[in-house]
Amino acid sequence: MTSLYKDAQGADMFQQSISQVTVRLSRLINTGLLVLAGLALPAYAAPQAPDAFMQQLSNELMEVVRKDPAVKSGDMQKLANLVDTRVLPNVNFQRITASAVGPAWRKATPEQQKRLQEEFKMLLVRSYAGALSQTKDNYTIVVKSFKGSAEDNEVVVRSEIRGGNEPIPLDYRLEKNADAPGGWMIYNFNILGVWLVDNYRTQFSQEINAKGVDGLIATLAERNKSNSRK
Amino acid sequence: MPRLTSTLRLCLAALLLALVGCASTSGGNPLDPFEATNRKIDAFNESVDQAVLKPVAKSYQDYTPNLLQTTVKNFFGNLRDVWSVVNNGLQLKPKETLETGARVVVNSTVGLYGLIDVGTHVGLQRYTADFGQTLGYWGMPAGPYVVIPLLGPSTARDTAALLVDRHGDPWGQINPVASRNQGIALRLVDKRAQFLGMDDRLNEVALDKYSFVRDAYLQKRRAEVRRGPPSDVDELEEK
Repeated sequence: MTSLYKDAQGADMFQQSISQVTVRLSRLINTGLLVLAGLALPAYAAPQAPDAFMQQLSNELMEVVRKDPAVKSGDMQKLANLVDTRVLPNVNFQRITASAVGPAWRKATPEQQKRLQEEFKMLLVRSYAGALSQTKDNYTIVVKSFKGSAEDNEVVVRSEIRGGNEPIPLDYRLEKNADAPGGWMIYNFNILGVWLVDNYRTQFSQEINAKGVDGLIATLAERNKSNSRK
Repeated sequence: MPRLTSTLRLCLAALLLALVGCASTSGGNPLDPFEATNRKIDAFNESVDQAVLKPVAKSYQDYTPNLLQTTVKNFFGNLRDVWSVVNNGLQLKPKETLETGARVVVNSTVGLYGLIDVGTHVGLQRYTADFGQTLGYWGMPAGPYVVIPLLGPSTARDTAALLVDRHGDPWGQINPVASRNQGIALRLVDKRAQFLGMDDRLNEVALDKYSFVRDAYLQKRRAEVRRGPPSDVDELEEK
């Protein structure tokens, strides 16, 4: 009887530890979003292989998430700051915006392009920052070995978030960039097979078709305003 | 049997509605020829969700013990794994079949009928698979995007496959029917509770929630169908 009781208690405790491990789908997506946010890195000397580069970035991300008190506290200002200084240097945001906007990008004035980029960045950064504060300590990111040629200027690197009960696929598109801190810049990524840029193309073209580029800028600005009020 | 018929009725209703809306769209996404009707069903689903399912799921999350919630999630997850094993097998994926199969074995025994997720703890990952994915794996195209009343995003292929999925659901064999239905309701609430918080984020990042969800769903399903050893390379090449 005693041993039964112990077992039940053990099961309880075990269950609780499992429940901490439990991943909700929303968090999965959040985590995916925030992976971009973890691309903190010091300057690397020689260009690395893309998979090694992403593994290092991912590890550093998880490190920041585990240790930075700003991440845990959910302080939006600090989180946004963190994303800004540590993530964005590794992201070609102009390319992301341009390909999400599509053909209208070329016809847009430099001023419109600048505004589009700023508003889109704000929209995404806020969402990454929110996701950052919800990451679990036991997540790890496993980058799969790179199958393409290291000579390529544009590559796909695949990885998985592990630690939940189901591995979550997370892939990146990188371009070689001598000016980037790690020699590579991210210009698209997907979580669960959903590419960020591709998913925004319809969003943006719907707005542009209905209200033009300025209409899209206004919509984005308005959305950012209402998001920051929450 | 009554459950099958009601599902069937639901699907037929969805298809009929979809066909009615057929003529009303132009210039939209070619994968979504029934957009006008889909949007209406989506709005209906949304209002049902806001009025009933979401509040119930919220109370479930807030007022039942975490331990209970985890146990419920583990139990239904384990049942679902059984069907995933079958479908991973049908897709000739040895790693996914064996690992998910090992999970079922461990969780059903050491994990007390699936109540405790021992599998995850010892590093056995779940690879979810359903019959729509199996059909896609063997080459059946997804067909048009369909929003099913009460169930949400799907495609013509996946809607048809749901009938088979229902058959492969071990909980569907439970008798009496009353207990079975209670379980189904609980499973639905548990599932919805896992998505709480996601609509807030969606409302933040999507300019048009309907098309955002649609495009994400279609991309995700394509990736799920393509994923796995034989098609790994194609996926890299494609974009």
